[in-house]
Amino acid sequence: MSISIEFKNVIKRYGDVTVIPGLSFKIEKGEFFTLLGPSGCGKTTVLRMVAGFNSIEGGEITFDGEVVNQKPPQKRNIGMVFQDYAVFPHMTVKGNVGFGLANKKMNKKEIEEKVLEMLDIVQIKQFADRLPKNLSGGQQQRVALARAIVMEPNVLLMDEPLSNLDAKLRIDMRNAIREIQKDVGITTLYVTHDQEEAMAISDKIAVMNQGKIEQIGNPQQVYQRPASIFVATFIGRANILRRKVRFENGEHYLYLADNYKIKTPQLAVKEPDKEMDVKVSIRPEEFIINTENNDGVDGVIKQSTFLGLNVHYIVTLENGEDVEIIQESTIDGTLEPNTKVKLKVKKEKINIFDDQSESNILRGVTNGL
Amino acid sequence: MASNVLNRRDAWSYITFIIIVFYIIVLIFPLLSLLKESVTTGDGQFSLKYFAEFFSKKYYYGTLFNSLKVTIAVTVASVIIATPLAYIMTTFKMKGKIYLQILILISMMAPPFIGAYSWILLLGRNGAITNFMNDFFGVSTPDIYGFNGILLVLTLQLTPLIYMFLMGALQNIDNSLLEAAESMGYTGVRKIVKVVMPLLTPTILAGSLMVFMRALADFGTPMLIGEGYMTLPVMIFNEFISEMGGNDGFAAAISVIVIILALSIFLLQKYISNRKSYYMSALNPIEEKQHRGIKNILAHLYVYGFLSLAILPQLYVIYTAFLKTSGRIFVSGYSLDSFRVAFDRGGKALLNTFTFGAVAIVIVVTIAILVGYITVRRRNAVTNSLDTFTMVPYIVPGSVLGIALLLAFNSKPLLLSGTATILIIAFVIRRLPYTIRSSAAIVYQISPSVEEAAASLGASNMKTFFRITLPIMLPGVLSGAILSWVTIISELSTSILLYTARTQTMTIAIYTEVIRGNYGIAAALATILIAITVVSLLIFFKLSGKKEFSI
Repeated sequence: MSISIEFKNVIKRYGDVTVIPGLSFKIEKGEFFTLLGPSGCGKTTVLRMVAGFNSIEGGEITFDGEVVNQKPPQKRNIGMVFQDYAVFPHMTVKGNVGFGLANKKMNKKEIEEKVLEMLDIVQIKQFADRLPKNLSGGQQQRVALARAIVMEPNVLLMDEPLSNLDAKLRIDMRNAIREIQKDVGITTLYVTHDQEEAMAISDKIAVMNQGKIEQIGNPQQVYQRPASIFVATFIGRANILRRKVRFENGEHYLYLADNYKIKTPQLAVKEPDKEMDVKVSIRPEEFIINTENNDGVDGVIKQSTFLGLNVHYIVTLENGEDVEIIQESTIDGTLEPNTKVKLKVKKEKINIFDDQSESNILRGVTNGL
Repeated sequence: MASNVLNRRDAWSYITFIIIVFYIIVLIFPLLSLLKESVTTGDGQFSLKYFAEFFSKKYYYGTLFNSLKVTIAVTVASVIIATPLAYIMTTFKMKGKIYLQILILISMMAPPFIGAYSWILLLGRNGAITNFMNDFFGVSTPDIYGFNGILLVLTLQLTPLIYMFLMGALQNIDNSLLEAAESMGYTGVRKIVKVVMPLLTPTILAGSLMVFMRALADFGTPMLIGEGYMTLPVMIFNEFISEMGGNDGFAAAISVIVIILALSIFLLQKYISNRKSYYMSALNPIEEKQHRGIKNILAHLYVYGFLSLAILPQLYVIYTAFLKTSGRIFVSGYSLDSFRVAFDRGGKALLNTFTFGAVAIVIVVTIAILVGYITVRRRNAVTNSLDTFTMVPYIVPGSVLGIALLLAFNSKPLLLSGTATILIIAFVIRRLPYTIRSSAAIVYQISPSVEEAAASLGASNMKTFFRITLPIMLPGVLSGAILSWVTIISELSTSILLYTARTQTMTIAIYTEVIRGNYGIAAALATILIAITVVSLLIFFKLSGKKEFSI
């Protein structure tokens, strides 16, 4: 029942405006695939094209090799979960979950059995006869999920299903979704703008920006080795600094300050230019406040915020740039504003990008496309 | 978001087509017939002589000014009275508020010409109050006939209409806006002038337009109480029905002038309100407060005073229905004779009212549901033009529509004049704009994803509509249908042109008895009509659980 989905140069236009200029990627059978991006990047449009609610102006979408461009949504055998739940307000929980099955010419007893079994899986069996208005948001979304999965669809499509829920419920539900998806083994296309949610739930993440995919990879890849500056800043926080790489004595050195350079053998630059401009992405946790020796970039603490587990600093570097730093909190260890500090970085973690193209120039990093 | 795949040709395309054909036959064709009649002479030649005649004689164009004068006066007076009314009802804790709300509604929904005729009974030449003041104080009361009477009756009738609009708008103003104004030192009247009024302006404009159209189109009131003060609908009626053979072409020409006038006002209002509209939705609606002292007393006086005036004519009519009559004159003592005669003579009319009303309501609701759905969910050039078509009756006064229908359907194969069908068509067309708007508003509130969910579960477009969308729409549409029902049973201006002895309705029967001077029977019939209205409204409240509604 699970299928693979392939996009071949898919184009979406609204009138004269091209929203998706040509998208190609593949979702494997049984994979939990997430489209992640800021609002307006086209991720929901892509999902709705898979569902059949949006037309396709160019290229093709295939389910297991079969082109579905012209198939109406009713015939695609999809299950869809919406941001606003979209449960039928005039039907009971049972009525909602059984709605699609009744279309399939199943007899009443069979439907009843399947519905109850599904309600058990999503843990809302006790509400079977309630109307949606008597359910909480989380419970309604479970109804929507059950309603979609009970149809044994080829693919499960989820459009920001958790964004209307409160923070704690969001985490419970995302675990539930992940678990159920793994149990049922259904190919899932998931859309979200929440990068933490995407990382927690996905096998693979496609980071989208302005109708294009910037990178496809597993959660570790997109976080640790972002293919572009956009990915680095959209997923997690990152300090982006413009610096120079110099070639000296047969080695590349990244100059973070005039008096602080680090060796960067992992750079995939072939021609040993004498000097090149780069952008460096350093996440707040990739800085080390050096208290042992005199190594590092000079800086002054501008602001410090105690957050329990961590302390969050803003440090002004000697050239006037502000950077964000996160350190694990220690007893009596919080530094006060105006304290002078030396900053080192975790060399193997930072990422270096070409100054012009803003794509990652570390060896072995690809955008996965 | 446009979902073009869903917009493929399906059953909805055919439904759209059928409804457009319906509108072309029952609305566009009659209006074109009207236009043609107005610019052709008896022998079929093109001529503007009717228009020339209209603007050359003071007797005719004076009517236009009469209409404009009284309509503008009614609109302004309604706004001035309704605004404090709505503000007080929103911000003051009033004694008996629920009953006040219901009474305001009833005073609005009661047939206006009953108000006119009741005021004649009260303040007319031989009216109860007139005689009382004369006999006991030797004071003569102001003349109720003509401009004053029309202004009084229509203002009392239409103030609740603007009031309803304003109540809706006030509920969408967030209390924080008022508190913010207060925190910046704007209190009392200054707060109302600087913050509340500007926010209400678009609503006041929309409500004024509605009042303007109603006042302009009203036939029964000026006919009964206007006497020498002739307005356009009365003149159209006289010219068309005139005992000296009537002049269809001239009546048509006046009708065209009225439509042009209404259309210009409509476009003007639209132009102004497009530039002054806000979208508001209140998280914390304004809460009513218990006020003390003189402020509280004045507020209660104002609201109760208005309501007594507004409801007085209906009460007096009901009272006179139980009076003993001798011939046409009320004599002392009480009896149910008027009712006996009323049922005797008006039984047929009562039955007609129920039958025609019920058939019309079924058609109105069906078309309104379909059009509401099509214009919201299937937006394209065709459905947009359908949307415009359906709004046309809004600016066509009832008497004009009556003439248009008669001109269009007075020959075979479409010979409908004198039938119940033509009355039902008139009811349907006149009520549709309002019902369509409210059903479209209901569709707007249904998230498209609910329908997409059904589609994703394999339900066809039609099945989705009948199993999902329609059941969700139905409660709202049905409670709206009751209001349409109430308006249809109190309709006079079109039916007076279209009825025959066989198709007489309640309003016609009342009107006829009033004209004949049989006030007792008229009062009994009116009491029955008021009772049906009140019962219908109570059912509406029960069904919708609301104390107000959009018109």
